[in-house]
Formats: sequence, C-alpha cells, structure tokens
Amino acid sequence: MSTPSRYWREIPQRYRLEANSCVKCKQKFFPPRLVCPECGSRDLVKTKIAEKGKVISYTIIRVPPSQFKDQAPYAVGVVELDDGVRLMGQIVDCDFEDLKLEQRVRIEFRKLFEQGHSGILCYGYKFVPDS
Amino acid sequence: MREVAVIGIGMTKWGELWNKSLRDIYVETALMAIDDSGVDHIDSMYIGSMSSGIFVGQEHIASLLADYLGCAPVPSTRVETACASGGLALRLGFMEVASGMSDIVLVSGVEKMTDVGGDEATYALGTAADQEYECYHGITFPGLYALIAVAHMHKYGTTRKQLAEVAVKNHRNGSKNPLAQFPFEVTIDDVLNSVRVADPLRILDCSPITDGAAAAIICPVELAKKLKKPVVKIIGSGHATDYIAISQRKDMTWLESTYRAGKSAYEMAGKSPDDIDVFEVHDCFTIAELCVMEALGIVDKGKSGEAVERGRTALEGDIPVNPSGGLKSKGHPVGATGIAQVVEIVKQLREESGKRQVRGARIGLTQNMGGSGASTAVHIFERE
Repeated sequence: MSTPSRYWREIPQRYRLEANSCVKCKQKFFPPRLVCPECGSRDLVKTKIAEKGKVISYTIIRVPPSQFKDQAPYAVGVVELDDGVRLMGQIVDCDFEDLKLEQRVRIEFRKLFEQGHSGILCYGYKFVPDS
Repeated sequence: MREVAVIGIGMTKWGELWNKSLRDIYVETALMAIDDSGVDHIDSMYIGSMSSGIFVGQEHIASLLADYLGCAPVPSTRVETACASGGLALRLGFMEVASGMSDIVLVSGVEKMTDVGGDEATYALGTAADQEYECYHGITFPGLYALIAVAHMHKYGTTRKQLAEVAVKNHRNGSKNPLAQFPFEVTIDDVLNSVRVADPLRILDCSPITDGAAAAIICPVELAKKLKKPVVKIIGSGHATDYIAISQRKDMTWLESTYRAGKSAYEMAGKSPDDIDVFEVHDCFTIAELCVMEALGIVDKGKSGEAVERGRTALEGDIPVNPSGGLKSKGHPVGATGIAQVVEIVKQLREESGKRQVRGARIGLTQNMGGSGASTAVHIFERE
C-alpha cells in the first residue's frame, strides 16, 4: 500500500476538479500538464473543468479489481464535459437499462473505494444523470 | 544500415505451466531459437517482459536470464512497454544489428503469469493503464476495450456478432496450432453466451492469462547467407506512442500509435498494406483486432467488422489475420506476445505452418500493442 502522500497530491483534481489550459492554443487539460501536447507551449494557467456533460461511451464492469469487489456490477463511462474536457468515471444513481450514449450527466463528489482495513477512504468525482 | 534477417525461432507449448518457473520457460525457449539458428554464441540479448516484478516478484531478469541461459557476460537488457514489450525487444535488437554494433542478437519475451491469483494478475495488467485517472475509477482492461467497442459500434454500426466472429476465426486458426493454449474451436453462440466481463465484452472476447516465452535470433543478412539458413529479412520497423488514457484521444475508435508505427514500417519497407500476404496482430480483445485492421490500413475505417464477417481475414481469405490463433486462442503471456508473432510469421514465410499455412506467403507483418493502444511496434518481414 502506498503512503498517504500519493493520495494527498491528487486532491486538487479529485476534490476540486482543478485543470489547466494552454495560454497559446487555449486547449484545456484534465489532469493538468506541464507542457501542452498540442503546441508544445509551457505557458499554462490554472482553471477548473465544467461540471456537466454527456456520456460518450460506457461499460458495465462485471469482473472488478479487488478494491471494487463490493460494488460490482457498476458502470464506468467516458464523459465529454461542456467545456470539451473528456474524463473517465463511474456513472451512478442510474439503472443500467436507462443508461445511454449522449446521456446528460453532472459531476458529484463521492467515496470511490477503501484501501483495505486500515487504509485511506478514497474520494473523488462520479457522474450522476442530470435531467 | 545493414540488412537484418531472422535465422532462428523458438517457442514451446503455452498455457498454465505450473511445473515451470520463469527461468525454466525462458531458457527452454531461447535454447530452441539458438539451436534453430545454428549459431554457437550470441553477442547481445533483449528480453520483453511487462511485469515480472508483480507476477513473480523478480526484477533484474535481464541478468537472471542471461545467467541461466549460460550467456553471461553478454549484454542483456529487459524492455518494457506493457504488452508491446516483445515487439520493442525485437526493434531494439534490430537497431543493434542494423547499426553494426552487434552481429548475433537474441530477441525474446517472457511472462510467467499464473504464479499469482486472478486478482493480482488483473492488478498487474491494469498497471498498463493510467493508475490515477483510469484504474482509480474501477476500470479494468476488458473495461477499457469495452469502452472502445461501444464507441466503435455507435460510430460505425459494428455489431456484437461481428466481434464474436473475430474470436471464432482465431479459435479456428488456433485449433491448428499445437502450441496454442486453447487449441479448439468455438461457435458464435459460445461467444455470445459466455460469461459477461465488461459489457458488451464477454470472456470469449478476451485473451487469456498465460505462461509462455518466445525467442528469435537475428543477424546481418550476409551472415545469414553464410550460415545457409532460410533468410527471412526484417524490411520494416516502426514504433509509436499515444495518449495513455483513452479519454484523452480525439477518437477512441482510432489507434493512432498503430497507424503511426504502421506508416513508419510501410515506408521503411517500401510496401503498402496490399503487399502484405499475412498479418499477426494484437487481438487482446476481439474489438482490438478490428481497430488494428483499420489503423494499419488493411480495411477502411469502420469496415473491419464486415471484413471479418465475410471471411476476408480467415486463413483462406484475401487478408489472412492471425493464422496462429492470435492472442485469443494461442494465449497472451504479455511480454512474449510480440516475439511469438515473429515466430509465427517466420514459420509462415518458411512454409512451416502445417495446417494453418497461408499459401504462397512471402511478406508478413506483425503488430504488437501495449495497454489500450498507447504503444505499438510494427515489423514487416520478407522471405528472400
């Protein structure tokens, strides 16, 4: 098990949805990057991602990694936010039969999993239907 | 650059090899390649291995395996690019021989995956994805390819049955390969009714967990001729990368690293997809084979499902893909896969493939991919 520092340093992204964008080509990155892969610029400024978007692909995980055993089956999707940023996350509070592509979702702050008996409770973002 | 040839190949039966250790599997296979080539020494060696540290708790296997092969003190290097490790071991060996740095190089791959249970194997394979922004959300490798499959089905109308056709075709080929882990046929219904893993993918859409190794000896073409071995030249080599997380790619159905690596290899070889007689590609999941066919330019975008359904990629089709049975039937010891593809293509070009021989094959291509497509190695071979 890793030390808490690994978890702690991702908090700006996982709790506060911090991103950055390239001053030169305006491309937005989540997670933030030190160099823009589009234009090579190192001039990037801090910003936040949009909190609503649409599902562009999804799957139902039936055979999960061990730390997600008690949650399976669950849905994981790739969402395109209204600002163009794409990210992966679980889609919850929704029956699988009702899930569809292009479905509108919003980001909510949730518990994701536990790092074992005496480990960290891991939090972050999940998607919920936004109708 | 000097011209480079493959003069020896080695591969043993793959599967759950409980009575054999990492070093047993590796040495047995490497010796086969050395014996097949007829050389009395090697100058250098490369070993593709994705995750020996997690699978058997052993790093530093470049030296361990040189030692147990009785080859120390030759230089030995482990190469890691997830499931493309084997393909990259070949590329590094190719560059070493082509450059004139070494004459006889052993290029190889090995993975011993069944010394850990299923959970740990799933974890080890997951490390090829983005730990912080993919795995953290509960995705698995079948899950990543399921996301690609859903996007492909949505964009191009690819059907669930077309995915199953890939598994059926590869198992049919694999049933003719005595070294395959699962050398038997499956039906469309078997695939469509198998256990669900990550919708829409089922267990028979997925390559298995396998113990295995593969090896090849490469040298300058001039030396190969002196040794009086059948000369299979490496005429093209390409390698490229892509965003590691699939969400970052502009089009999840498009394997940019495969496209780029393929383009480099085609250009070096002076060949186009139409010139290739036989393909060995990275079908870690059924959808992967379809996306790879499109990225390599074997078929147009969105046309891969139809091509498989019409039998074009079968052994007797006009574009035979994975005559070995592919990762699906032959098995997928991740670090070894890229070299096993070379073993198959060399057998095909030497016309030593028995019942799965593609008739008249002179030019073959291997495509070996890491993670959800963030690394690809492509090589093109020609029989002289």
